[in-house]
Amino acid sequence: MEKSAYFKGRLLPYLLLVPQLVITFLFFYWPASQALWQSFLREDAFGLSSDFIGLENYQTLFAQPEYYKSMLTTAVFSSLVAVLSLSIALLFATQADKNLKAAPAFKTFMIWPYAVAPAVAGVLWIFMFHPSLGTLARPLRAMGFDWNPLLNGDHAMALVVMAAVWKQISYNFLFFLAGLQAIPKSVIEAGAIDGAGPMRRFWTIVFPLLSPTTFFLLVVNVVYVFFDTFGIIDAVSGGGPAGATTTMVYKVYADGRLGGDLGGSAAQSVVLMVIVIAMTAIQFRYVERRVQY
Amino acid sequence: MALRHFGLAATLATTLALASPAHAVTELNWWHAMTGGNNDIVNKLADEFNASQSEYKVVPSFKGGYADTMNAGIAAFRAGNAPHIIQVFEVGTATMMSATGAIKPVYKLMADAGEKFDPKAYLPAITGYYSTSKGEMLSFPFNSSSMVMWINKDELKKAGVTDIPKTWPEVFDAAKKLKAAGHDTCGFSNAWATWAHIEQFSAWHNVAIGTKGNGLDGFDTELKFNSPLHVKHLQNLIDLQKDKTYDYGGRANAGEARFGSGECAIFLTSSGYYGTAKGTAKFDFTSAPMPYYPDVAGAPQNSIIGGASLWVMGGKKPEEYKGVAKFFTFLSDTNRQAKLHQESGYLPITKAAYEKTKADGFYEKNPVLQTPLKELTNKEPTENSRGLRFGNMVQMRDLWAEEIEAALAGKKTAKEALDAAVARGDAILRAFEKTAK
Repeated sequence: MEKSAYFKGRLLPYLLLVPQLVITFLFFYWPASQALWQSFLREDAFGLSSDFIGLENYQTLFAQPEYYKSMLTTAVFSSLVAVLSLSIALLFATQADKNLKAAPAFKTFMIWPYAVAPAVAGVLWIFMFHPSLGTLARPLRAMGFDWNPLLNGDHAMALVVMAAVWKQISYNFLFFLAGLQAIPKSVIEAGAIDGAGPMRRFWTIVFPLLSPTTFFLLVVNVVYVFFDTFGIIDAVSGGGPAGATTTMVYKVYADGRLGGDLGGSAAQSVVLMVIVIAMTAIQFRYVERRVQY
Repeated sequence: MALRHFGLAATLATTLALASPAHAVTELNWWHAMTGGNNDIVNKLADEFNASQSEYKVVPSFKGGYADTMNAGIAAFRAGNAPHIIQVFEVGTATMMSATGAIKPVYKLMADAGEKFDPKAYLPAITGYYSTSKGEMLSFPFNSSSMVMWINKDELKKAGVTDIPKTWPEVFDAAKKLKAAGHDTCGFSNAWATWAHIEQFSAWHNVAIGTKGNGLDGFDTELKFNSPLHVKHLQNLIDLQKDKTYDYGGRANAGEARFGSGECAIFLTSSGYYGTAKGTAKFDFTSAPMPYYPDVAGAPQNSIIGGASLWVMGGKKPEEYKGVAKFFTFLSDTNRQAKLHQESGYLPITKAAYEKTKADGFYEKNPVLQTPLKELTNKEPTENSRGLRFGNMVQMRDLWAEEIEAALAGKKTAKEALDAAVARGDAILRAFEKTAK
């Protein structure tokens, strides 16, 4: 017996959709169109004068070698952060999923870093790793390792990656743990009875069954590294030294807010928006095929 | 450090929220960027002014570093809720000046409010910076400073350096001795990298930073700081960075803590560091004029000022402007200025305050505070040492710092870095020229 209810009027379904549509329009389409419009303008910092200059902002942007460098930096930074935070979180989650005595405490501690604001996380890491004031940097230097994120771009990159990964592990951990707990124990036990070792059980049973979670986290993490790591970079390195940690979103901020070049900054946001939309589309088109729901 | 200020700001905010005014007092918001000891001075000034009369209440808020404060002000203006008074550092001057309509010039403010105001009472070396070519004062100088070389006398003595170095070669020698005596992570260093090695360095050696009198005579200026002298100086720093005889200290003033902690015994930074040094340095310290290259004819010339001035934002009510004018008169008071100068290390802005401090014999006991004044008035300023006024300077300083960092990290030669800094800076100047009409 099939039960289905339907409404006669056409108005009601649309009315029910209105709140969702209004929110999407207000918080996505409207700001996005503003950014697009602003990218065709040249304004002074105070917004007192504005001229329509067509594509000039884009031309200037793509003529800057620094812009391509920031794209490369973003690629390096985002792959490092996404891969590290996902794999470390997965490792922790599989360990916490075992029948341990202290598992609840362990789980709680793992979630804490997520409650720390990005800028505060950045400050914490600076306290530990400032070349001459940092509590962990001094022993490093005493051991003869010339740790200097103020001048060495690779060190600065390592530092922002560590801070960004540290911040994101909790979130990934939480989802992985939930994903692991949803896997029926019977499947794993059946594997064990058939003689599969723990590693083999993980890669042939657990990992494939976890793929919807992994895929979801991949998408979320990419968006995280592209946009939300800005506060960490600002607090830890300010995009330096010599632009070594200037990712695309940090450059949007630096040029727009610090430099007062709103048109150029808007043009960069539009480019960034296009890239992220394209990447998400690719993920859904190609990676999702391999996900087993 | 940042956390401490956050705490302070938070306490302040709570206090303000709790202390709701009993009767109608006109509140005047003052956004500032003063940290450490100078933050306390700002709050004390506001308290004193509020206690001195009952009509107005100045509410200071700490808004982060200089660049943050300025950007917060600009963003607030665009959103229609700018503060009445905003402290803007000297490199933001060109941007503020060109924003006619967003600001209320100080000379007009004082005239409209009928407040007694004589621009001649202020030190011309300072007000010249903040005035139009006709001598109309646009902003109110608050904390003016110059760059000096801070010296840890105890450590120098230990390292066997008997005289305070005067020239760059002497500084390099002293730094090598310090390094040999155990300062192996830092012979000498500095804060505000571009201010030290490009801006002040150029003025002090009477070479141009840019054409058109470093931009004071027009926005169609071009940068010139890739001269052989600049290249030579940067090359020296690159060589010394290799073994940390010189150790780069970052773009803003965070590196100052390395002087206070005793790590770096020779440190170039603002004379306004005095307020913090007095509180944190547990050793005998002093300040000396910036070093120079003795083979440059005419060096040392004179230094240029840094620090910040107070800009009054446009679009406020007349009675609010009256309060701001009264506050400025309050700040100009000779005794208050003299005291402010003696406590904070920032320069006195009125001639009378300077004379009074001299007459009190203050400088004999505290020669530290006279160093920046001596530097500023060392010689009659030239085209190259009057000051500088470049649009989008905040962004430009970051570009310059990026190039200096690349050079010090060994990724570029001194010449390549400075050429790139000039080329990238010029592009920004051209973009600014188009928006500033």
